[in-house]
Amino acid sequence: MRMLPVLSRLAWRYLWRNHRRTIIMLSAIVIGVWAMIFMTALTRGMVDQMIKDGISVMPGHVQVHNPRFLDDPSVTNRIAIGDEQLARKFDPAGFRAWASRVKVPAVITSERESRGVTLLGIDPAAEREFSFVSYDEVEGRFLEGVDDNGIVIGRKLAGTLDTEVGKRVVLMSQDPDNEIADRGFRVVGLFKANMPAFEEAYVFIGKKAAQKMLRIGDTTTEIVFLGDDYRNVEPTYETVSAVVDSTLEVRRWHEVDTYLGTMMKVMDGFVLIWVVVIFLALSFGLVNTLVMAVFERVREIGLMLALGMKPASILGQIIIESMMLLAVGLAIGDLLAWATIQPLQDGIDISVVAEGMEMMGASSVLYPKLYWNDMLLANVVVLILGFLASLSPAWRASRYEPVEAIAKVG
Amino acid sequence: MTAVRCVDLCKTYRQGDQDIKALDHVSVEIEQGGFVCLSAPSGGGKTTLLNAIGGLDIPDSGEVWIGEQRIDQMSKGELADLRLSSIGFVFQAYNLIPVLTAQENVEFVMQVQGIVATVRREKSLAILQEVGLQGLENRRPAEMSGGQQQRVAVARAIVSRPALVLADEPTANLDSKTSDELMELFTELNEHHNTTFVIATHDQRVMGYAKRVIRMLDGRIVEDIRQHAA
Repeated sequence: MRMLPVLSRLAWRYLWRNHRRTIIMLSAIVIGVWAMIFMTALTRGMVDQMIKDGISVMPGHVQVHNPRFLDDPSVTNRIAIGDEQLARKFDPAGFRAWASRVKVPAVITSERESRGVTLLGIDPAAEREFSFVSYDEVEGRFLEGVDDNGIVIGRKLAGTLDTEVGKRVVLMSQDPDNEIADRGFRVVGLFKANMPAFEEAYVFIGKKAAQKMLRIGDTTTEIVFLGDDYRNVEPTYETVSAVVDSTLEVRRWHEVDTYLGTMMKVMDGFVLIWVVVIFLALSFGLVNTLVMAVFERVREIGLMLALGMKPASILGQIIIESMMLLAVGLAIGDLLAWATIQPLQDGIDISVVAEGMEMMGASSVLYPKLYWNDMLLANVVVLILGFLASLSPAWRASRYEPVEAIAKVG
Repeated sequence: MTAVRCVDLCKTYRQGDQDIKALDHVSVEIEQGGFVCLSAPSGGGKTTLLNAIGGLDIPDSGEVWIGEQRIDQMSKGELADLRLSSIGFVFQAYNLIPVLTAQENVEFVMQVQGIVATVRREKSLAILQEVGLQGLENRRPAEMSGGQQQRVAVARAIVSRPALVLADEPTANLDSKTSDELMELFTELNEHHNTTFVIATHDQRVMGYAKRVIRMLDGRIVEDIRQHAA
């Protein structure tokens, strides 16, 4: 440790001895680090949005179903507990939000076209926290209560059905006896979604209207709960599990939507691979810089050894030099990444390619997400791999014989 | 008291197909406080002998003693410690670390020795003044003349008051006036601090300052002359 000040001083001075080479290498590190963090933030943002959109449409953070519902999502497999009883169970538990809904497959028909959709019978007040629909941006109006007799459909579906606000459509599904259950609704609103596919897939009616149409009394098919963080749903899951009985199945969102769950896990692995790949490209430049830096001062290394500096100190000096170069590059790269991501926090409009992104479940606005963990990972990986990459030139430098090194002609 | 003792040293280098005998059964003793010049034509073995004494080069056979320590069997780490604590080096050229200032170069050895900053600063300023470089402490080697650089190297070699100073052609790149000044400095250190000097040179003027001149030829000692210093 007592050698650290002198080694650090030498390393820093040698780093700037050939400042042009150092600046070129530094630029490569800065761009590499920026690319690592910026691209990670974009990808994180995309996956986050996919997950949040997915959660807002489907599962919340935790869902409760009849155990048979996921295999056969019909009212036959509904939750046989009435609305009032549910409120008594869940209201005191203090969830951030919860809602019960009727969710079944249905067919919607206009006077021109028919389409298969997912019918959502909802309590609009309770669903506000879950919904991917911004109630205020609905053309016409959104549902006003559980007994609203109107229907709200997506703009894209309205185009497909060639219908509009004020016109009537017919919804058709099955009741618990597998008899046709149908009813006419007047279109009261057209919603807009970040993901155009959602505009064709979902239709909203009042929960009581849905219960009446499907002849299921005051029961529902799905109860959803929202916790504080989709990455940590365990507290919500445990609270819900403690409240419901064993006849119902409680699932975390990533168990309901395994695609999104897997996506989140894959993303963590992807970040690491991406960071390592970028660094491998950088490492060639780094090693070359260090080899050149050692090569051009062989004589001085010999002199230091002759004066009594130990080989381990020479090794340390080269490694410190490498770490300093990387640390400066990381600091500037981190700052640059942060500075370029901050102005994009309001989202990047990628609607030009949104149709393609939609296939992956992504929305047309991309919100880059800079997580400190990702930044930390990039920094730690660069420093660790940088240390390993600098071992070889540092080892070579420490192996010089003083006499031979001093005799080298520069 | 003996400062350096070499017993039957041999060292052979391979050059192409030829074996060159750089040291051929060399034995020599140098007393503490000695001022010795090793003189030889180019390739005569003086630098090889100097390197063997300084533990920079290991002989093929024979023994090298510095004081009571036999050094030819020491490890690299032990040799580094010995050089750090007991030997000062002055090389012909490229003596200084170019990224450090004159004062930092002088402090370098002390810093490696672990001497605290205040003592280092005090000693380095004093020795730079002693070698006539007051006011040039913050200059880097590239900003100094050859003579000034060599003085810094001497200051670095003697600042820790080593028992032994080894100098390889220390005046080779200096003009005669600067050479004389350097040799007078060596003489003064030798007389006042009882520092042992072993200087490899073929400069007659340098030899004139020595108490003893050992002449070498083809790796062998051919003449050992004791003389009164100039």
